Amino acid sequence: MSREVEGLNRRLLRARDAMDRAYAEPLNVRAVAGVAHLSEAHFIRSFRAVFGETPHHYLQRRRVERSMFLLRETERSVTDICFDVGFMSIGTFSRTFREILGETPSSYRAGNGPMLPPTCYQMAATRPVVNAAAQRSSSFGEAASAAAS
Amino acid sequence: MITRLNVTSIMVLDKEEALDFYVNKLGLEKGSDVKQGSYRWLTVRVPGDPGTEISREEPGPPVMDQETAAQLRELITKGAMGGLVFLSDDVRGLYETLQKRGVTDFTQEPTERFYGTDMGIRDPFGNAIRILQQGVAQEAKA
Repeated sequence: MSREVEGLNRRLLRARDAMDRAYAEPLNVRAVAGVAHLSEAHFIRSFRAVFGETPHHYLQRRRVERSMFLLRETERSVTDICFDVGFMSIGTFSRTFREILGETPSSYRAGNGPMLPPTCYQMAATRPVVNAAAQRSSSFGEAASAAAS
Repeated sequence: MITRLNVTSIMVLDKEEALDFYVNKLGLEKGSDVKQGSYRWLTVRVPGDPGTEISREEPGPPVMDQETAAQLRELITKGAMGGLVFLSDDVRGLYETLQKRGVTDFTQEPTERFYGTDMGIRDPFGNAIRILQQGVAQEAKA
């Protein structure tokens, strides 16, 4: 039983890495599930069981983290950053960012400058933690039907 | 006073498979390989750097009970057990070499940063490995 769990975890981790590499592209759940050798539904369920959130939630937090990086480290406009990191609309980006972090992208940019730790640590350590209320109520910009899983 | 880091350890699921990855693919060299009863003291190190060894540890008895070992194996395969950071004199060249040797789990292709060029890979078990070439990269010749 334990060996199966290890195999599943490792495959899910590989799929999660694939999502991290392609974060700016639209999420292709079938392709990512394929990396883990799972059906879409099984992949979404297993991902949540192992990593504590759905693949979509994870991806949205990754995108917000990448937008935080660009806001801190570059002069690109909020609009450009929104599309750089894979959001499909300004409205969704602003709402998701605000729900997760509690402030607007512009306010975050004003209050934060470039960071010193190497990028890999930044990517891991600044990925935003969602507070409990937002975790329950926020759809993270996904349609209601997609959120049910 | 402390003069050097002597041994650091990384948790793996299988020492033989770890040896194949870290030596035959990544290019480290074997350090120690000694059997003591059922325990295999196995380390690798950076070629030409005899000072710091990286030991491979497999979760399991007698060091810990089976339940703890199962918990650790779950964490390792989720990528939650940390990893290693290496320096390289040629990250892009190493990237090509790793691909030729059959490595496919790249978390990040060689990318330029303000501090140098780095890339990320995972070992077969889920541990993260970062490889950094310090300094501003030279332009590749066309």
